[in-house]
Amino acid sequence: MHPQVLLKNRKPDRITTLEEYREGGGYEAMVRALKDETHQSIQDILMDAGLLGRGGAAFPMGQKLSTVLENAPYPRYVVCNADEMEPGTFKDRVMIHADPHQLIEGMVIAGCAMGAAHGLIFIRPEYENAARILSREVENARQAGFLGKAIMHTGFDFDIVVHRSGGRYICGEGTAILNALEGKRPNPRKPPPFPTFKGLWQLPTLVQNVETLCCVPHVIQNGADWFRSLALTPEGAGTKIFSISGRVRRPGCYELPMGIKLSEIIEDYAGGMCEGSEFKACLPGGTSTQFMPASMYHAVMDFKSLEDAGYRLGTGAIIVFDQNTCLVGATLNMIAFFVRESCGWCTPCREGLPYIRDLLQRIENGQGEPAFVDRLKEMCDHLPRAYCAFAPGAAAPVESLLEHFADEVNEHIEKKACPFKSS
Amino acid sequence: MLPSAVKTELERRIAEADHPKELVVDVMMACQAAYGYLSDEAVAIAAGMLDMTPLEIEELATFYNYIYREPVGRYVIHICDSVVCWMEGYIPLRDYLCQTLGIEMGETTPDGRFTLLPACCLGYCDRAPAMMVNKRVYGFLTPEKIDAIIDELSSEE
Ligand code: SF4
Ligand code: FES
Repeated sequence: MHPQVLLKNRKPDRITTLEEYREGGGYEAMVRALKDETHQSIQDILMDAGLLGRGGAAFPMGQKLSTVLENAPYPRYVVCNADEMEPGTFKDRVMIHADPHQLIEGMVIAGCAMGAAHGLIFIRPEYENAARILSREVENARQAGFLGKAIMHTGFDFDIVVHRSGGRYICGEGTAILNALEGKRPNPRKPPPFPTFKGLWQLPTLVQNVETLCCVPHVIQNGADWFRSLALTPEGAGTKIFSISGRVRRPGCYELPMGIKLSEIIEDYAGGMCEGSEFKACLPGGTSTQFMPASMYHAVMDFKSLEDAGYRLGTGAIIVFDQNTCLVGATLNMIAFFVRESCGWCTPCREGLPYIRDLLQRIENGQGEPAFVDRLKEMCDHLPRAYCAFAPGAAAPVESLLEHFADEVNEHIEKKACPFKSS
Repeated sequence: MLPSAVKTELERRIAEADHPKELVVDVMMACQAAYGYLSDEAVAIAAGMLDMTPLEIEELATFYNYIYREPVGRYVIHICDSVVCWMEGYIPLRDYLCQTLGIEMGETTPDGRFTLLPACCLGYCDRAPAMMVNKRVYGFLTPEKIDAIIDELSSEE
């Protein structure tokens, strides 16, 4: 059993209460940070710890905080991104249901590191239960003096609002979330200015994912070296919540060290492949990442190692496909998702993705032609020119399908039918 | 008409907010709950309360997945069609639901009880295939389970 940090208080049937959280040392890091640490020292610890954003982009949290200028205007904001709509990803829901105070504590410390007094948790409608839990526990924390005015007699004010979304994938994009919170149509914004400079209501705003914020109290409590030492690789730091789904026996969320091997996650934690299933491919971090073929079965799962191998860890949401699953069909399904969820702001995405979908649909239907493959590649090449990261993310599964599973695509075209559908 | 208790509560929250527009989704949702969907009248009310134009409300209403600009049934069934559910049998389940309810995707049963809509990943992929009814999620779906859920909802009144 690897060390459990973020899920150590997880129980099979209920959430961890405030009392239980405190018995395990909860809120100690926060009280210490408010009393003894400065903006700078918290940022330094987070930076030394190598805490990278766990929402998909893997940007160092300490570095993001360091871009909030000391003389920047007030009020400043901490926004927790609990929008988690990437297909295959459900770790934030599990974490909120397991131990909500960890997130609250992480937000207060993040607020302390940048002089913010306001926290907002932006949460998707599908997580109404999680939103209710958070509203209730925020109130409990307030009653106990961990939120509100002059927290623990330190003179530091911080409070949290739970903000429900109307439901749209793009709201989870780091800048679109700001427009959503401001009551505007949530199209992304193009930095610069970055949100830490001009974010919510044009004021300094830190946007972080649930898992990243949950790491913060532990880093502050136990130090940067400890956090780094949790990982199995020198490049990694901390643990990672992997949410695994698809053709494995025990889909679910597992907290494992960064740098663990994919094969170990599947075999030792997810119970191995389903009866009769063989591993064909997986998406390592949700649908905006590339298919990893069987040759990557023993891949080392940390941000840097995967990047060096040409892949992205993304959200760490592993979706496993077996030999009986048509990857053209799977990619078609994912592109249909992206077409429906595109915010429609810019042409490469709004026009390009439906075109890719139609080409894939025709290949899947047995109406494909060899020229379609080049056309798909060409269309994917246009997508990095889109306004935000959504479109290149949508291209990732398509490009990797063409690269690693060209045979499967060609078989569809040659046979003029999907080889996985029995006629 | 918006029930006066709902209106008063919204007005209180708006008055207290630093930035009233932050509440626009909550206001639309509350109006939607009162009218059953975001009717034209509800759009006008939401706009009036937040000092926005009806067009601004319309822009948002048509953007969000859970704001309905047309009438829906008492129970809105969102069936997940994203990739994990797809792999675990979304298509036969969707067909089964359509057949059981006697409607196509996007339609409402004639008795006004059920509306059937597709949804993106509900975040319950570990329990795929999944669907959500009025913000309650059901996982590991099978035809038998769907029958039981529909029966239970039909008898709840
Ligand atoms: S890439 Fe897509 S999601 Fe991003 S701004 Fe353009 S249309 Fe919107
Ligand atoms: S893919 Fe259906 S719940 Fe995630």
